[in-house]
Amino acid sequence: MDVQVIIDNLPLYFQGLWVTITLVVSSLAIGLCLAVPVALLATAKNKWISFLPKAYIYFFRGTPLIVQMFMIYHGMGQFTIVHETFLWTIFQEAYACALIAFALNTAGYTGEILRGTIEQTLFGEIEAAKACGMSTPMIYRRIILPSTFRRALPAYGNEVIFMLHGSSLAGVITIVDLFGAARIVNSRSFVPFESYITAGIFYLAMTFMIVWGFKMAERHFHAYLRPRES
Amino acid sequence: MSEIIQYFPMILSGMLLTVSVALLSVLIAIVLGMLGAVAKLSKSKIAAAIAGIYTTIIRGIPDLVMMTIIFFGGQIMVNNIGAKFGWDYIDVSPFTAGVLTIGFIFGAYMTESFRGGILAVSHGEIEAGYAFGMKPAQVFFRITLPAMVRHALPSFGNNWLVLTKTTALVSVIGLQDMVYKAGLAGGATRKPFTFFCLVAFLFLIITGVSDVGFRWLNKKYTVGVRKA
Repeated sequence: MDVQVIIDNLPLYFQGLWVTITLVVSSLAIGLCLAVPVALLATAKNKWISFLPKAYIYFFRGTPLIVQMFMIYHGMGQFTIVHETFLWTIFQEAYACALIAFALNTAGYTGEILRGTIEQTLFGEIEAAKACGMSTPMIYRRIILPSTFRRALPAYGNEVIFMLHGSSLAGVITIVDLFGAARIVNSRSFVPFESYITAGIFYLAMTFMIVWGFKMAERHFHAYLRPRES
Repeated sequence: MSEIIQYFPMILSGMLLTVSVALLSVLIAIVLGMLGAVAKLSKSKIAAAIAGIYTTIIRGIPDLVMMTIIFFGGQIMVNNIGAKFGWDYIDVSPFTAGVLTIGFIFGAYMTESFRGGILAVSHGEIEAGYAFGMKPAQVFFRITLPAMVRHALPSFGNNWLVLTKTTALVSVIGLQDMVYKAGLAGGATRKPFTFFCLVAFLFLIITGVSDVGFRWLNKKYTVGVRKA
């Protein structure tokens, strides 16, 4: 074990850590914003409306994230409309491509989580809201969506961890995230074991923190489900 | 279109590799998962602790990082061991590393599915087995194992689907699976989007076929279950 190399390169790792965190947080935020309309449309009773969001969810959950990322990073230059307009300034940037791919991917997974949870809303709650004279948008705003976000919390925690792990793919397309930092350290001083294990420890620590954070959030938002302490 | 026809055999050979990596690694994962589940449920605290550490660490580290640790680090470890025993240079092929890593990772996920399955087997059946004078091993192989399949099948199916998608990562350590080949074909024809799209569709086909398979298995293993 060559610990000195790792200590010397710790600033690089922390730089990578910061890139990973910003990438994951921003793709999760964009993904969540996309996922809500996708989930709402996918639960529509009209098959013509629900077809497209369902196909979106099916595609992004059914194919590997690395393929989706390559389609955007390597693939977009194929189209002249992308290559010869302002769009090229976006798509030639590895960071932007990774962000787009991750956001679209997590929107698919989160959309499916929300769709499942929306459909499981107790009918009695909706009936009660109707009996109170609420309009459909109001029922969504006051009854369905708040309870959906509450109940989707555990599944969404898993999705956040999945996204953190998936973000290591950014290192493959030249971005210096945590995994990219480990690759650089390895290629500079050829210490594969040490360099990648260090990155692994960083990821492990972040996973633990996310698990803990969601545990706390569940404790708060699911307080009414806990058995009463005597 | 003509490019797709021209490069289709190459992509298909990559798909064959993808499927064989997936099938071999799922076998390793089943063995490890079974061992892990039995260890977690065993009375021995040491075995349970080892299985606990295994599943926590694996589920906390990204598969890509795990794969590079095992591929690059494993090579050095094999060399060091080989130097001590005076072996010739042994090359850890990307195929071996890929299969071992994916099997090792998904063994942890399978541990959880199998543990849930074993816990769901009703206690009375196991007791009845002991009442017939079966040994613990006999009870496990004749009663628990066949009865747990039904309970473990849905999450096993999920794990299998995630596993097939994870095999796409082996292209990063240089294995020529269909993602790697699509990259080659895309570079040669300057149409990378077309070929990555094709690969995405082939993955959807693998998913669809497995879905049919799991439905059949599920039907087979729930024959004796009454439905309302």
